[in-house]
Amino acid sequence: MTDESSKQAQQTVLSERLAVLRKNKAFIVGAAILGFWVFSAIFGKLIARYDQDFMDYEYINSAPSGKYWFGTDSNGRDVYSRVIVGSRIIIVISFLATLLGAFLGASLGLAAGYLKGKFDMVLMRILEAISAIPVIIIALLAVAAIGRSSSIITILIIGFIFMPNVARTVRAAVLGESELEYVAAAKLRTEKTAHILFREVLPNVLPTLIVEFTVRLGYAIFAVATLSFLGAGLEAGSPDWGTQVADTWSLIFTNVWWPTLFPSLAIASVAVSINLISDALLEVFEL
Amino acid sequence: MLRFIVKRIGLSILTLVIVSLIVFLMTSIMPGDIAKQTLGRDASPEAFEIWNKEKGFDKPLVVQYSRWMGGVMTGDLGTSLQYEMPVSELLAPAASKSAQLAIVALLLIAPISILGGIAAAMNRGKKVDRALTVGGLSAAVIPEFVWAVVLILVFGVAIQVFPVSAFPDEENPNLISSVFHLILPSIALLFVLFGYISRITRAGVIEALDSDYMRTAVLKGLSRKTAVFKHVLRNALLPTIAVIATQVPYLAGGLIAIERVFNYPGFGNILLDAVVARDFPLLQTAVFLTGVVIVVFQLIADILFAVLNPRIRQKVTE
Repeated sequence: MTDESSKQAQQTVLSERLAVLRKNKAFIVGAAILGFWVFSAIFGKLIARYDQDFMDYEYINSAPSGKYWFGTDSNGRDVYSRVIVGSRIIIVISFLATLLGAFLGASLGLAAGYLKGKFDMVLMRILEAISAIPVIIIALLAVAAIGRSSSIITILIIGFIFMPNVARTVRAAVLGESELEYVAAAKLRTEKTAHILFREVLPNVLPTLIVEFTVRLGYAIFAVATLSFLGAGLEAGSPDWGTQVADTWSLIFTNVWWPTLFPSLAIASVAVSINLISDALLEVFEL
Repeated sequence: MLRFIVKRIGLSILTLVIVSLIVFLMTSIMPGDIAKQTLGRDASPEAFEIWNKEKGFDKPLVVQYSRWMGGVMTGDLGTSLQYEMPVSELLAPAASKSAQLAIVALLLIAPISILGGIAAAMNRGKKVDRALTVGGLSAAVIPEFVWAVVLILVFGVAIQVFPVSAFPDEENPNLISSVFHLILPSIALLFVLFGYISRITRAGVIEALDSDYMRTAVLKGLSRKTAVFKHVLRNALLPTIAVIATQVPYLAGGLIAIERVFNYPGFGNILLDAVVARDFPLLQTAVFLTGVVIVVFQLIADILFAVLNPRIRQKVTE
C-alpha cells in the first residue's frame, strides 16, 4: 500500500467513527452541557444578569426570584451571575492543567515506551511513587510548600500530578506500536528518534491520548473544584464554584441553600458532561 | 510464589523510599521561611537562627532527611510546629478516627457496589446495565464535597433523617450512635466509589458467565441465579476485593473534603490544618504515612491477585 492510499484509508476510518460518535446519545448530551459551559466561560459577562461583585444590600440571602433567578448570597450578590461568570475559572484552569499534564506525560511516555531499558525502568518507578499519593494530598503539600495559592500554581501542580498517568497510558500504547513494521522501516531509513516518535508513533497512539486527555480533564475539574473548596486553589474571593461552595455552605443549616446548591450543581454538570464524552470516545474508538 | 512476594515487597519498599524523597524535597527546597512565619516578621535575626538550630533546619538536607527517616523507622515522628506536640500523639487518634470512618464506609460501599455490578452483568446490554454503568461512573466524577454538601442539604436539613456532623455530641457515644453519625459521610464516599467497584465486579461476573463451568452448571439444571451465586461469585469476587484495596488512595484523598464538611476530627482534617499552618514536620509525616498505607494496600492486592492467578505471577518474576 502506498503512503497516499494508507492515509486515505485512515481518514475513512476516522470519519466513520466520527459519524458513529455523532449518533451516540451520551456524547450528544455531554457535548451539549459542556458546550453551554464553554460558551459561558467565553461570553459569561454577556449572559450574566448583574456584575458578579455587585452587592444589593436590600437583597441579602434572598431566595430565588424573578429578580435574582438563583437568589443572592450573604453579600447580596447574584448567585446566577456568579455561577455563569465563575465557569471561566474552573474550565480554563482545568483545561490548561490537563494540557500541561498531557504534554509532559505524552513526551515521557513516548520516550519510555520507545527507549525502554534503564530509562524506562527508572522513570516508571518515579512515576509510580508520585501516583502513590492521592492527587489532592500531593497538591495540598505543594501549596503548603510554595506558601500561597494562585491559578497558575494550581495549573502547574495539577499538570505535574497528571503526568504519570498520561505517561503510563501512552507508554503502554507505544510498547504495542514499537514492535510494528512501520517503526522498523523508519529505523531502516535511519530516521532520527525524535522523528520516529513524533511523526510516526505519535499519530498512531493519538486516539489513546485523546481519550486519556478527556478522562484527565474530568479529574482536573474534580481536583480544581476540591482544591478551591479546601481553600488551597485560587485567590480568595473569586467567583470560582468551589470557592463559592466553601464560602456559603454553612448557610444551608439556616435553610439558605441556593448560594451553595447552584455552584454545586454546576460542578457536577461539568464533571458529568466530560465523563459522558470520554465514555463515548472510549466506546467509539474501542480502546 | 515466594520469589514473587519477595520481589513485590522489594518494589514496594523502593517506591516508599522515592515517596519519602519526593515528600521531603518538596517541603525542604521550596522557598518560604518557616522561622519567619512562626516567630513573626519582627523577631531578631538571632532569634531566627536559634529557632532554626533548635528545630534542626540549619543542618544540611542529607542530615535532615536521614534524621527524619531514622525517626519514622524508630517510631519518633518528630514534633509539630503549630501544636509543639509529638506528631505521633496528634496523628494516632486522628488516624483511628479516619479508620473508623473508612471501615463503616467500606462496609456500606462493598456490598452495594458488588450487588450493583452483579445486577449490571446479569442484565448485560439492557437498560439496567446502562443505567448502573453510566450512572455509576458519572457519580464517580462528581467531587466528594459536592456530594457531601448536597447530602447534608437533603438528609440533614430538608428532611432531617441523619445528623449533619460526623461526630456525636455526647460524652461517651455508644457504638450505634457513632456509626449512625458516619452514615451520611459514608454515602458521599459511596457515590464516588460505586462506579469503579461495580464496574470491576461486572467485568468479573461477565467473564465467569461466559465460562465453561457456568455452562456446565446450567446444563446440570441449576437456575441462572443459583449458578451465579454458587459459582460465579467465587471467581468474580476476588478481583473485586483487589480493586477495593487499590481504591484506598481515592478514599484517603476523598476523606479530606468529607471530614472537613462533616466536621470530623480525622487524619484528613489534621492534614489540612497542617497545610494551612505550614506545619512541615506534621505535614511531611502525615503525607508519607498516607503513602505507606496506600502502598501496603496495593501490595496486598497484588499478592492476592497473584495467588489467584498464576499467569500474573509468572509475568512479574520473568
